[in-house]
Amino acid sequence: MNIAKRKFDVLVIGAGGGGLRSSLQLSQAEAKVAVVSKVFPTRSHTVAAQGGMNAALANVSPDNWHWHMFDTVKGSDYLGDQDAIEYMCRAASHLVYELEHQGVPFSRLENGKIYQRPFGGQSQNFGGEQAARTCAAADRTGHAILHSLYQQNIRAKTHFFDEFFAIDLIRADDGMILGALVLEIETGEPLIIEAKTTLLATGGVGQLFRTNTNARINTGDGLGMALRAGIPLEDMEFFQFHPTGIAGRGMLITEGARGEGGFLVNKDGERFMERYAPHAKDLASRDVVSRAISTEVREGRGCGENSDHVMLKLDHLGKEVLAKRLPGISSMVKTFLGIDPAEQSIPVFPTAHYTMGGIPTNKVGQVVVPVEQGEESVQGLYAVGECACVSVHGANRLGGNSLLDIVVFGRAAGNHIIDFLKDNRYHRPLEEQGLDMAMERLARWDKKGQGETVANIKYELQSIMEEYCGVFRTQDVLDKGLEKVLEIEQRMADVRLQDHSKTFNTARIEALELENLVDLAIATVASAAKRHESRGAHSRIDYPDRDDARWLKHSLYYKKENHIEYKPVRLKAMTVDTFPPKERVY
Amino acid sequence: MNVTQTDNEVSRLRWQCRRGMLELDALLGDFVEQHYMQLDEHEKEVFKEVLSFPDQLLFDYFFGNGKSIDKDVNNVIERIRYAVTPEA
Ligand SMILES: Cc1cc2nc3c(=O)[nH]c(=O)nc-3n(C[C@H](O)[C@H](O)[C@H](O)COP(=O)(O)OP(=O)(O)OC[C@H]3O[C@@H](n4cnc5c(N)ncnc54)[C@H](O)[C@@H]3O)c2cc1C
Repeated sequence: MNIAKRKFDVLVIGAGGGGLRSSLQLSQAEAKVAVVSKVFPTRSHTVAAQGGMNAALANVSPDNWHWHMFDTVKGSDYLGDQDAIEYMCRAASHLVYELEHQGVPFSRLENGKIYQRPFGGQSQNFGGEQAARTCAAADRTGHAILHSLYQQNIRAKTHFFDEFFAIDLIRADDGMILGALVLEIETGEPLIIEAKTTLLATGGVGQLFRTNTNARINTGDGLGMALRAGIPLEDMEFFQFHPTGIAGRGMLITEGARGEGGFLVNKDGERFMERYAPHAKDLASRDVVSRAISTEVREGRGCGENSDHVMLKLDHLGKEVLAKRLPGISSMVKTFLGIDPAEQSIPVFPTAHYTMGGIPTNKVGQVVVPVEQGEESVQGLYAVGECACVSVHGANRLGGNSLLDIVVFGRAAGNHIIDFLKDNRYHRPLEEQGLDMAMERLARWDKKGQGETVANIKYELQSIMEEYCGVFRTQDVLDKGLEKVLEIEQRMADVRLQDHSKTFNTARIEALELENLVDLAIATVASAAKRHESRGAHSRIDYPDRDDARWLKHSLYYKKENHIEYKPVRLKAMTVDTFPPKERVY
Repeated sequence: MNVTQTDNEVSRLRWQCRRGMLELDALLGDFVEQHYMQLDEHEKEVFKEVLSFPDQLLFDYFFGNGKSIDKDVNNVIERIRYAVTPEA
């Protein structure tokens, strides 16, 4: 085959916070690192994280990492792996200070310390008073982190392949990963990037659902690549719905709005969260608030002509507070809805937001798969960030824990790879048949003729996911959903592109993304249909309770025959006692 | 400009409109599909310049207190915003 080839020590696929934190660690240790990103690195989705990053600095309320750990375990509805959670919460403060030194301008308190705001699910003293644990650089924390990491990477001589689209991993017969086939979007030319280790950091898959808060690039490509390489995906049934997306549009109204005193009301003007979470009220964990909103709407207390949303009230805070503490929200709402939140409430509804599931990894970022006795790592493959499942978020992620996750495990994976490279100084020869699948996938889109369009199939798929795999689920609905996404999979064979040009053929990229979305839709619905309990973000009307006796376990979905198996949750922490599963009340 | 050149240009711009934030995708992506071709040559050049700005700066121009010192940039920003804002 006559395809151009490049060789690096490490190939990092994805230039969000997770990918860039890893590549920085590696480049600084003088490894030869390539970072591939389908969009210019600083346009990665991390830039959208405006709320902030959690660390128990105790600058605003008493706090320590152990309380943070408790909140994260409880927030995860006990599905999170407690060793990974301990690791993350312990590392948090250090990572915040490190980012500060790397140039992230965290907001300050009057005494000069880093400002921290209260976010949902944060408590003092293992479930007591509200804690304020989220460190923020005004309303641009993600942007500040991404830009600092990008600058540092440039300085450390990381090699960037901007606007290159990763198609598939290159896999040797024995399962070792040898790099990836990528496509230069501008020229349409494929390129083989060989590497001793490959790290997936491709972010989440918000585009599975019609109404979502995610950028359009969030199509879960890395998860699709893992599935096609025979690797299972963990806990895909757990998809977080952010309680306050603009109804029907998806734009997120940050939890910070409720942190600053905003609250939700139903059509009777009732502050209904007082009924669902008497203690934490509007700041209860995301899944709790999302379910409460859906319940209000289902029981006929929704607002608007179709009674299909509730209202977020901010008008009582006054123009000044809105302008000072929540800049951006007012004009965002004015732009997309034509109303002023200082005068009118905002229509909101739970909106697809965060992928808790993903590529199974251990706490140093190695991708792990089950073997007879426990698990083993996939040679040459790592994953970090939203595409990975460590699992620190379990069945429900707490706000502010994701930016933390990406930098903590990005750094840990970088360190582990550095050690791996010391013992593995040479590239394994590339087996060309490892490329066949990827080349076939590419060639398939050259077929000409009439057929279905990518845009239509994508819209249908997203609508099916919204209707059949949303906030409230039942067996019947999920079974129908699975049937429907499997039909979509069949119809993919009839999709044709009308544009066969080479340069900037975005239609071809969108087709490749759609293939990933279809695989992930099946993974999500199939996993959800099998889990007969309610836990965190996975809420079943027919199985309303959490069932620890049968379901305190992670699911693993394989593309081959849509097979699902399970593995135990790691309840044992690193050094502290296990937090045993308890009922979750806020 | 012949048809293929125009197609190429829009294809290239379409990918430049893929951003890290849904809000910008919604503003820029929809604008490039539906309104870009109606801009005059000078406005098209300004639009391309706008696409080269970082996401957070664009977010500030659209939703924050930030304003460019270049009035042509501000005009294009307002045109994009006008194209999506529904009547209250
Ligand atoms: C609106 C919004 C607000 C949020 N706010 C917060 C917050 O306040 N605090 C918090 O902790 N979390 C927040 N989150 C979550 C958090 O932003 C994300 O989980 C996190 O940024 C993910 O980072 P990442 O590095 O894993 O991936 P991303 O930042 O999504 O980066 C993915 C990278 O992969 C690349 N890529 C993907 N596919 C391919 C491919 N096929 N080929 C080549 N490159 C590819 C992309 O170009 C990109 O560079 C928010 C999320 C949203 C949607």
